[in-house]
Amino acid sequence: MTTVSRSLWGPGAVALSLALFLIVFLVIPVAKVIYVAFQDPNTGALTLINFVDFFNTSLFQESFFNSFYVASMSVVLASVFALPLAYFTTRFNFGGSILIQTLGVIPLIMPPFVGAVAMVLLFGQNGSINLLLDEYFGFTIPFMEGLNGVIFVESVHYFPFILINLSAALNNIDRSMEEAAQNLGASRGRLFRRIVFPLAMPGYVAGASLVFLKVFDDLGTPLLLNINNMLAPQAYLRISSIGINDPMGYVISVILVMFSLLALWTSFLALRGKDYATVQKGGGGLMKRDLAGWEKAGCYAVVILILLLVLSPHIALTLLSFGTVWSFSPLPDAYTAQHYVDVVSTSSTYITNTLLYAGLAAGIDVVFGTAIAYVVWRTGLPGRKLLDYMAMGAVAIPGVVLGIGYLRTFYQFDVPFIDKPLASWWVIIVIALAIRRLPYALRACVAALQQVSVMLEEAAENLGATKSRTVRRIVVPLMMGGIVAGFVTSFATAAVELSATIMLVSQESDAPLAYGIYEFMQSASGRGPGAALGIIAVLIIGIATYLSHRVINKKETERAPQQAAAPEEKVQGA
Amino acid sequence: MKRKDFLRAVSGALAALAVSALPAFAADLEGKLVIVTSYPPDTTVTVKKAFEAAHPGVEVEMLKKKTTAGIKFLQETATNNKADMFWASAPDAFEVLKGDGLLAKYDVKVQGIPEKVGAFPINDPDGYYKGFAASGYGIMWNTRYLKAKKLPVPKTWAELADPVYFGHVGMSAPSRSGTTHLTVETILQGMGWEKGWALMKAMSGNFKTVTERSFGVPDGVNSGQFGLGIVIDFFGLSSQASGFPVDFLYPPITTLVPANIAIVKNAPHPKAAAAFIEFLLSPEGQAVLLDPKIRRLPVNPATYAKAPAGFPNPFKDPSLGSAVKFDLDLSKSRYNVVNSLFDVMVTYRLDDLQNAVKAIHDAKAKAQGKSNADADKLIAEAEALVAKMPITEAEAGKKEFNAIFKKKRKKADTKVTGRQAEVEQQWDEEVKANYAKAKELAEKAASML
Repeated sequence: MTTVSRSLWGPGAVALSLALFLIVFLVIPVAKVIYVAFQDPNTGALTLINFVDFFNTSLFQESFFNSFYVASMSVVLASVFALPLAYFTTRFNFGGSILIQTLGVIPLIMPPFVGAVAMVLLFGQNGSINLLLDEYFGFTIPFMEGLNGVIFVESVHYFPFILINLSAALNNIDRSMEEAAQNLGASRGRLFRRIVFPLAMPGYVAGASLVFLKVFDDLGTPLLLNINNMLAPQAYLRISSIGINDPMGYVISVILVMFSLLALWTSFLALRGKDYATVQKGGGGLMKRDLAGWEKAGCYAVVILILLLVLSPHIALTLLSFGTVWSFSPLPDAYTAQHYVDVVSTSSTYITNTLLYAGLAAGIDVVFGTAIAYVVWRTGLPGRKLLDYMAMGAVAIPGVVLGIGYLRTFYQFDVPFIDKPLASWWVIIVIALAIRRLPYALRACVAALQQVSVMLEEAAENLGATKSRTVRRIVVPLMMGGIVAGFVTSFATAAVELSATIMLVSQESDAPLAYGIYEFMQSASGRGPGAALGIIAVLIIGIATYLSHRVINKKETERAPQQAAAPEEKVQGA
Repeated sequence: MKRKDFLRAVSGALAALAVSALPAFAADLEGKLVIVTSYPPDTTVTVKKAFEAAHPGVEVEMLKKKTTAGIKFLQETATNNKADMFWASAPDAFEVLKGDGLLAKYDVKVQGIPEKVGAFPINDPDGYYKGFAASGYGIMWNTRYLKAKKLPVPKTWAELADPVYFGHVGMSAPSRSGTTHLTVETILQGMGWEKGWALMKAMSGNFKTVTERSFGVPDGVNSGQFGLGIVIDFFGLSSQASGFPVDFLYPPITTLVPANIAIVKNAPHPKAAAAFIEFLLSPEGQAVLLDPKIRRLPVNPATYAKAPAGFPNPFKDPSLGSAVKFDLDLSKSRYNVVNSLFDVMVTYRLDDLQNAVKAIHDAKAKAQGKSNADADKLIAEAEALVAKMPITEAEAGKKEFNAIFKKKRKKADTKVTGRQAEVEQQWDEEVKANYAKAKELAEKAASML
């Protein structure tokens, strides 16, 4: 007994400092803001009357329904995009798998403002596609009308969450499971249904729940498409209007938080009571098989179609960044490279700032994500679930709320030696980004950890390894795929985040890319340069993503050279 | 090599001479100036360059925030203020800051700026903020779009309510954009509460969308997502100057309103801030406003001599902005109520409103050339239902009623009954029912024809 409690000391200290960090940088600032939700607007006394108002208001009921509908439909559509890409690239010997995986992540890197502008230019009622359809066939398709537009843009934007997590999960499935099933005579379809799909479930659920949450809370897309009857825009519109300090905005924020936690809890329940861990580590995940010629052609057709669709915002953005004037016509009037020249000569600080902030934030996220995942799933510390909920809660905090909360909490606090308020020091932007993206990294780390069997750790400890050594030498290396996935997601999305950043940038020399793009996109002559800056952002993050994929793949082949060789013999034998 | 060194030495000596020869006040300026502004880089960078050329040694930093976010920023950071100036369009925004005691008074030294532009005083009567440019509101349109859809150019607000424009118009919401609020208030003041709202709603029935940002409107017109937009003049003029196939006009009912600048209370660099105001109002500073990327109406009448042909001049053209005598106090007294009413009736019920207005258009088209008194009566009833207001003008201006929508209560004992959410829900129910009923009546009328 004493040894057990002693072994909890280390994780306990880690958990405590994590909790402290989250309390200071998430709970207190947010509490300061949402406290308003529980105040009587007239007397200032504590009350629940604002929540009664919420549920009595038909507009809010409608908004709630719309948000729920859009989030669910987006998960469905995002799955349609993600499943073939993830399955084909992990299951078959497929030329350009890494390229496809990388291209598949790119939609996540759509800087705010430019993405919706680009989509509207292509798919809007008077966008390229509809102008052409109207001219040659006399009809148009309402891709972007009302909620359709939100679902379309959101699922294109967020489907990589499913792709990344599902691919990581598929790559982690123990090959021996599959071999066992095949030895027992399972057909390919049955193998997929009964072995592959169930074992990949944690990855899929992790991705799908992130998509649901993100879409449910997302502000930028509905706002840019001018859809107001959803919860997040309602909250934002109410909080940020001049002269109105209507508690309803804060009430909606509380409801968003609660609902997101509920959704997370449901996804826990769905996975509970099932053991997804596999004892051995398969080399490169599933056994890859070759495709027959016509199969290959079919797969490529599907992959190319999906990639074209999900990359269409980037295609439009590229056209916009090279175009002169693009107005009510299928393509820009003329092309120029001037926008890039303008941007490169004026905006290099934005680029370096972004790399610094997003890199630091994603680094913090994977360290914290791994630590929290370990504490929650591998220790018996009391209150450990709370840590998980707290970290995941950040997913539900609108960026504006966090931004206002930081200003409110840290402006009076001067940083020693720098003599500046913490709220206007650039580090606060990194912390805000880290907090906002922690949930992504955490989900990825949890999914990875769930696939590592406890037995491996027990074996290490039986052989005399200490807890920290076990974590360092066994758990973290086995989780590496998930950790890198978490880093990439956090980095890529942090690099284009705007809503909290815009509140916290206190001098232009501290501003990241997204802020620069926002600035450009506020004027008629800034569309081209803004799009050019957007393309530069996408390129930088795309290259970073590609490199990290290369690193994982290399590591995995290095780690298991024998295992990689073994199945090949079997395939030949079969 | 030697020659280069020599040249460098000479130029160094010359520079030193130049610095010492500068007037004493310029040498006293602080080395830095931090301006919180809602303006796009096209404006800020151009003005910054001109100012820094006039006052070498002062480094200007522009902190770009949306007007609303800028106000929040100054409010939240007031205890440890690091900003010198606030520079934005909407006078209401400055009123909010002034009300919170966050601005410093300043007396302008530049001569030649008149008292008023149109019917509007240029400077804050209490001396806290100064107008540096005038802006009017009007209609901008995409020429390619109108040509492709064979639409005429509207000359008045009322024409925007015509059935031909159904689904072709865009506007921002007054609660989201201070400039849009002024447009709505101008129409209400110019036509009266009931008639103004009736027109506003008839026009809104033709909206394709209500945009979240005020820039969303010129953006939509520029890219051709909708053909016509209700915008502040410089959005239209600068889009045109950037090469987009768009044009702009002022309808008869419009107000010219000054865009403003103010020094923040406890500014760390007050002298540089004062120099910036003086520069902006000087003949050179005013001329910068005519730059094709900025295109704002200067407040110094002399500057119009340098303007391109056809540039609107409110000091010469008496029809511009003087038809409505804009009452700022009236606007202030019901500011939040007007915002909330617009959101309840238009922004959040746009689909219902569009359906009702479309049904009325269809019925009217069918009734053309036929005489059916019953149908005509039903159509008139439907129109009245769409126009119907949940509250009267007197109610909207009542102090106690406005307090429900107020941001901060000055004193804890200010008595308020009712909550905003409660009131809005009542309005919403009524408005939704009216729109549904109007649609039903119009459809009934159409079936009789």
